[in-house]
Amino acid sequence: MPVEYIPRTRELYSDFTPYRWVVNTTVPWTPLRKPIAQSKIALMSSGGIMYRDQPRFHHEDASYRRIPKDAAREDLSVWHFGYPTADAEKDPNCVFPLERMRELEAEHVIGELSDPAFSFMGGVYSARKIREELAPQIVDELRRAHVDAFYLVPA
Amino acid sequence: MTSALDITQSVKAPRAVFVNFPLGHQTGRPNDPAIQRKIVRDALRAFETIGTPGEIVQLPYVWDPNDRTWETRDYTKGWMPERPSREAADLAEAERAARYAK
Repeated sequence: MPVEYIPRTRELYSDFTPYRWVVNTTVPWTPLRKPIAQSKIALMSSGGIMYRDQPRFHHEDASYRRIPKDAAREDLSVWHFGYPTADAEKDPNCVFPLERMRELEAEHVIGELSDPAFSFMGGVYSARKIREELAPQIVDELRRAHVDAFYLVPA
Repeated sequence: MTSALDITQSVKAPRAVFVNFPLGHQTGRPNDPAIQRKIVRDALRAFETIGTPGEIVQLPYVWDPNDRTWETRDYTKGWMPERPSREAADLAEAERAARYAK
């Protein structure tokens, strides 16, 4: 059975004021304009991935990192306080499937993997910060790159 | 992509693909490119097959058929492994800066 994370988080942090989860009543929708095999796709993970000497993330940090699409696995590292990162440190593809996306691009399963990919540290308490600070910058990045589809991996 | 079904239902992503794996493995087990590839391919396919806003496709993969205890244990009190201290995180950051300094 899927874990119910909302009640479980409420219980885990029962000493604190209950977290107000985002509850949306409508669903945004943009039809896919072309098949995936012809689409330019951007990848973003909230798993806290950093490339080479990029600065690490901090608490309530809504900044993001631009990860070159050809980044080698050895040049990626992970910092996140909200999930156990041991496996992602061993293999970032657990939460940031950059190598798999590169392979699928080479095999023409997707049209193009957009460069760069993106990551931020999703353990940010303030949903407002994500909505008003981080999201508009990412939207701007995607528009400038003329991306057709956006693949998000929340960790 | 999601491994937290109730949160994704609450947020209402336009399209989502659910895999029932522990958090931190939304696109598969470490050093297991075969399962990673299946999950990513299924997710990409869902861009084309999902026609209803908010639909969540549930993938059939099982984390460990012989051990489902993580489902009752994860995210309960005392379960989260000790996080690196601020000092350890700062040290790791300084090491990376030194390694890539020209």
